[in-house]
Amino acid sequence: MAVKDRVPVPELEPSVRKGNFLEVSQGYTFELAHQEAQRCLQCKVPTCVSGCPVGIDIPGFIKEIIKGNLKKSYEILKSYNYLPAICGRVCPQEVQCEGACVLNKIGKPINIGALERFVADFASQEGFEDEVGRLSFSEGISKELGNAPRKLTDLRSKKVAVVGSGPAGLTAASELGKLGVQVHVYEALHEFGGVLVYGIPEFRLPKEIVRREVLQLETLGVELIKNIPVGYAIHPKELLEKYDAVFIGVGAGTPKFMGIPGSELNGVYSANEFLTRVNLMKAYKFPEYDTPIKVGKRVVVVGGGNTAMDAARSALRLGAQVTVVYRRTEAEMPARRAEIHHAKEEGIEFLFLTNPVRYIGNETGKLVGVECIRMELGDPDESGRRRPVPVANSNFVIEADVVIEAIGTESNRFLLNQFPDLKTNKYGYIVTNEYGQTSIPKVFAGGDIVTGSATVILAMGAGKKAAEGIVKFLVY
Amino acid sequence: MSKIPKNTILSKQRLAKATYEFWIDNALVAENAKPGQFVIIRTSEKGERIPITIADTQENAFRIVVKAVGKSTIELCMKNAGEQLYDIVGPLGKPSEIDCYGDVLIIGGGVGIAAILPIAKALKNAGNKVRVILGAKTSTELILQDEFSFADKLVICTDDGSEGIKGTVVDGMMEEFNLENPNVIWSVGPAPMMKATSMIAAQYGIPIWVSLNAIMVDGTGMCGGCRVLIRKEENGVTKEEIKYVCVDGPEFDGRYVDWESFIRRLQQYKEEEQKALERFLEEVGDISWL
Repeated sequence: MAVKDRVPVPELEPSVRKGNFLEVSQGYTFELAHQEAQRCLQCKVPTCVSGCPVGIDIPGFIKEIIKGNLKKSYEILKSYNYLPAICGRVCPQEVQCEGACVLNKIGKPINIGALERFVADFASQEGFEDEVGRLSFSEGISKELGNAPRKLTDLRSKKVAVVGSGPAGLTAASELGKLGVQVHVYEALHEFGGVLVYGIPEFRLPKEIVRREVLQLETLGVELIKNIPVGYAIHPKELLEKYDAVFIGVGAGTPKFMGIPGSELNGVYSANEFLTRVNLMKAYKFPEYDTPIKVGKRVVVVGGGNTAMDAARSALRLGAQVTVVYRRTEAEMPARRAEIHHAKEEGIEFLFLTNPVRYIGNETGKLVGVECIRMELGDPDESGRRRPVPVANSNFVIEADVVIEAIGTESNRFLLNQFPDLKTNKYGYIVTNEYGQTSIPKVFAGGDIVTGSATVILAMGAGKKAAEGIVKFLVY
Repeated sequence: MSKIPKNTILSKQRLAKATYEFWIDNALVAENAKPGQFVIIRTSEKGERIPITIADTQENAFRIVVKAVGKSTIELCMKNAGEQLYDIVGPLGKPSEIDCYGDVLIIGGGVGIAAILPIAKALKNAGNKVRVILGAKTSTELILQDEFSFADKLVICTDDGSEGIKGTVVDGMMEEFNLENPNVIWSVGPAPMMKATSMIAAQYGIPIWVSLNAIMVDGTGMCGGCRVLIRKEENGVTKEEIKYVCVDGPEFDGRYVDWESFIRRLQQYKEEEQKALERFLEEVGDISWL
């Protein structure tokens, strides 16, 4: 058997998928997953595990696939990570577990993400998802019980509020729920999942999968409460009085704008707004769904990250001709290689070393063009990447009906303004120790509101670490 | 959580043509709402998130006044007492800056009259002299005027002169200015009205709070769709800032709002709104009774 090459994951053809929001990656069948699992060397000291922010026993779950014991495989996954169907789809495995796989030395690493997804989807199809979900509850308890039976009983009388139902909050909630802590998760939007439902498009992460995996938290006794703007409907003071500990995982949230002339024109979107309309509000199904969106014929997306790719590929699926402009070169793009590859396959055009300087509107205030300038790379900046500098007199105009700025986010003050005692750093993010504990001892935080924009799995790692910190805080 | 809102419509009353008052069961909003704040409502699983100002509260319930103008607001106005609203989130936005300013002029137009009512009451309770100007096209479209009896002065303006001064609230405003300039103004109503009153306030150098009815999605500072350009002159230098109506507002000093782009942004989805409305009317038929 060729160990060097991966078993390919079936994907929808670019020509088929560019006209709809169906999931691009079709996932492994059992036969394909089994073949791929057999490539795993089952290292005694597995480097892949050290590459995983939540420390999943990767050789362990893969071994069970080889044995054909998928229930056991799912149990292993679930004991480390309560959201495997989501992580299998959206983690940047190439820089984490797969990046650390020893097979990189001789060929392609094990497709750990696709295997994780396969096991999670299989559990759902076969209907043993909830059963295993509950199992991890009793296992979590008995594991702790062995260490400290009396303290565990204490833990079961404790109440914890989790603010925000994104990856960080959900993970913290699942970890605490497994130990029998009474957890209330508060979400301001009308769906649970945070960036998983408003940010990541259907074609990368079907919302049904998110809903399924999130609702599973209820098998642990976690209470999920939506439409609650904590800070306004529940004051932080009230939270501190009612709960033994609080976890804040509200995300980074607020979109940055370049602030160039014309930003107020109709047709200028932040990626957050564009994606929220499409994903959360299902504007791609307008008028069946009430929320509209503008795409027009030509869309320009500004930025080089995953959010830019998501926005560009969404706009394409809504029928537009899409150009991504990025001020550095392809090599510096922070987006996952697979996403850039998918975007190119689908026919998205890239203009590197290009930056917008002005948006041009018509007499009714509607965007008609984006004036750009050519850039070249100068000396390295504080990020270590070469700083892009404008080339004088190189301006040109791209005709466009819509422009989407995907240049990052900054700290959302929505909750923090109501929480003045909470220490933040100069960028407005919450200051914590390694266990997510903030300047207020019973308040913990994790995810983008601590680190600034990062990835789903890093937020989940932070949620897990904070849950540990909360348990320590509650019992000692 | 003991207080998970039911969002049941407790009562519904027709105040004017296609204009309805609702009292909605929601203890969280009722207990926490302050004047000037709003809620976001969805009427169905496929519905938009529509921001509506909170007009009053009582134990476990809050009040809104809605004018049926587009698909979503018509759908909302067709709901009846006993029915549940799909989603409600709130209170949202910064509360009005209630303080004792001395002489305050309150201007309300259309359904903005409902929004201005709790603000006017709170300003009165804070010890201000409160003069109120209410405007409508015609007397039958004038709402809630009886509830302003606490005001030190109440002026009514109708476009057709069917009640009070024949003219707009701007005419009423000029008459009040002739008597005495107020220390601060609140003006809530359709955007052109807020713009016109802001222009006059700017001429006289009087602060004027307007409540911007921007198009929103999440309402929590996450999407930036409701952004508004605020332009201030400081020491001869013009400073422009992008503010978010949902979290920095909804109230801003109208003298500094870039009204041109604000009003244009309100029209962003005009074609889509028309399409959605036509499609909806085909489904529900004649709504002239509303």
